[in-house]
Amino acid sequence: MKIITNRIIKEIFTYSIKFISLLLAVSVITFALVSASPIDPVQQYIIGLGTAVSPEQRAEIEDYWGVNEPPAERYFGWLSEVLHGNLGESALYRRPVADIIGERFLNSLALMLCAWILSGVTGFVLGCIMGMYRDRLPDRILKRICYIISSVPTFWLGMVFLLVFSVWLKWFPIGFSAPIGMLSSDVTIRQKLYHLILPAFTLSLMSFANIALHTRQKLSDVLSSDYVLYAKARGEGKWTILRRHGFRNILIPALTLQFASFAELFGGSVMAENVFSYPGLGSAVAAAGLNSDVPLLLGVTLFSALFVGVGNMIANLLYGVIDPQIENGGK
Amino acid sequence: MEQKKETLLEIHDLSVSFRMYDRGLEQSDLQVISDLYLTVYPGEIVAVAGSSGSGKSLLASAVLGILPDNATVKGHLHYKGQQLTPERQEQLRGTEIALVPQSVAFLDPLMKIGAQADGHRRPKPTDRRREIFKRFGLTDGTEQLYPFQLSGGMARRVLVSTALITEAELIIADEPTPGMSLEQALEALKMFRELADEGKAVILITHDIDLATEFADRVAVFYAGTTVETAPASDFKTGPEALRHPYSKALWKALPQNGFQPIDGFQPYAGSLPGGCLFAPRCPYKTEKCVNSVPEVREVRGGEVRCFHGA
Repeated sequence: MKIITNRIIKEIFTYSIKFISLLLAVSVITFALVSASPIDPVQQYIIGLGTAVSPEQRAEIEDYWGVNEPPAERYFGWLSEVLHGNLGESALYRRPVADIIGERFLNSLALMLCAWILSGVTGFVLGCIMGMYRDRLPDRILKRICYIISSVPTFWLGMVFLLVFSVWLKWFPIGFSAPIGMLSSDVTIRQKLYHLILPAFTLSLMSFANIALHTRQKLSDVLSSDYVLYAKARGEGKWTILRRHGFRNILIPALTLQFASFAELFGGSVMAENVFSYPGLGSAVAAAGLNSDVPLLLGVTLFSALFVGVGNMIANLLYGVIDPQIENGGK
Repeated sequence: MEQKKETLLEIHDLSVSFRMYDRGLEQSDLQVISDLYLTVYPGEIVAVAGSSGSGKSLLASAVLGILPDNATVKGHLHYKGQQLTPERQEQLRGTEIALVPQSVAFLDPLMKIGAQADGHRRPKPTDRRREIFKRFGLTDGTEQLYPFQLSGGMARRVLVSTALITEAELIIADEPTPGMSLEQALEALKMFRELADEGKAVILITHDIDLATEFADRVAVFYAGTTVETAPASDFKTGPEALRHPYSKALWKALPQNGFQPIDGFQPYAGSLPGGCLFAPRCPYKTEKCVNSVPEVREVRGGEVRCFHGA
């Protein structure tokens, strides 16, 4: 056990170094892209103020913001602020970016977590069924469904669901994370969950097919292995083999894939949140992009890199912890 | 072929072919075992010898009924006088017929050895397994290891143990000894011998003729998916004059201690088998008859041979 803990600490350390350099690279690239874009942050700020500004005042703002300084200097200025925890103020919402991210992320987290668990479980179960009935009717039907769903755009599916379940059948609300016209302090968990179901379901549809198809492939590899042949020779039945050897050997790849899917999950949440007017990080980043809110855009980009990176790190660590061959194979 | 003793396993005219897809949707059958025969009596060890690709391991799969779905099996397979139907095979697998597989690849890489050797049946035979592990010099810690942590020899001993744990009456051991030390190999074979003496039977698949003749009662020689000869093991010790088939004689002469003489040519591949006797292309005694028709199995001097000329 001690060896494992030591190894995990070591791994986290090396991964952190990679991770920090990744975040730096992301920050440089996003900063460069925003600088190169035709967006004029000062102009956006002034529009946001809603009052007329004289050319002298404008020059003052530009001076204060350092717009005319060389890009490298501006970057380091921004970076040092970021390192001190100051991500700037959103031009759109007129509030510190860090606050917006914190608040929006909690909403998104609930949404993504539900979608993530839902897609992971259904994907795994369907993948197992497909693998067990490979090339037979259940497999052929499910495979077709997986292909269709993974080729349909999520936002379109979201709109269809809204139309069918919210407008026609009136089973679910049309959008938002809480009933309209209610104080946020009065909203119950039940109501929150009720608003969460349809967006989470839509979002989960995006990645479950991927998990299911991978699980199917992995399970059929396992079922055609020598050790399954030997299990058959010892009298193990189909389902005993799945229980004793199948799960054991496909769970690790499935889990890894599941954690590595954070990027798609985040990307998908931008679509889903916009379709369902769900006030999460995804709709914030879309708003920031559409309204040229540079500080918010930079902040969310960095944050999403962090989020995806953590997912990948968990995937890597998990692989090492669960798979005994890696666990004991280390120096 | 009436014998006084009741057979445990009786196989004759067995053929196995695989359905293959050629170009597009064209199907063809690839015959890998043809007209194979083998009889096993209780209380004996029968060695099945032959080079790679002679169908030795497939025989094991055919008896257990674990060939892949695209395989077609024809012929007579009888266990204790009863036909081996798929249902019967399912009942017998792991209870009355046990397999000792070839390599560590047949162990689940993510399951600990102890759990794996115990198998899926309940109650777990843990005590018996520990006893057998001890006899093979596998330490107590072994059961906590994963297959990748075993040496080749340890893996073989574990695999042999899995068959010995069961109460099987017929053990099919597919190359059980390579990688073991001499003492371990002898221990394994001694245990097989004990089982045979208790009235059980062992099919020992091997390409080690010396080993086969040392421990087996009879030796069946396979060539290109068919049995060319079955002979008492003692005949292999006596020399080529005691053997019946030209291929068995050639095998004997190819052994290091007997001159190390190889014969020309190759064992034909499945799919390009010759029409008549499968050994004809390499046979020094071949006649026109051998090229045109397949010889029947004949009894010669207490053994069986599939050759027109063998005597």
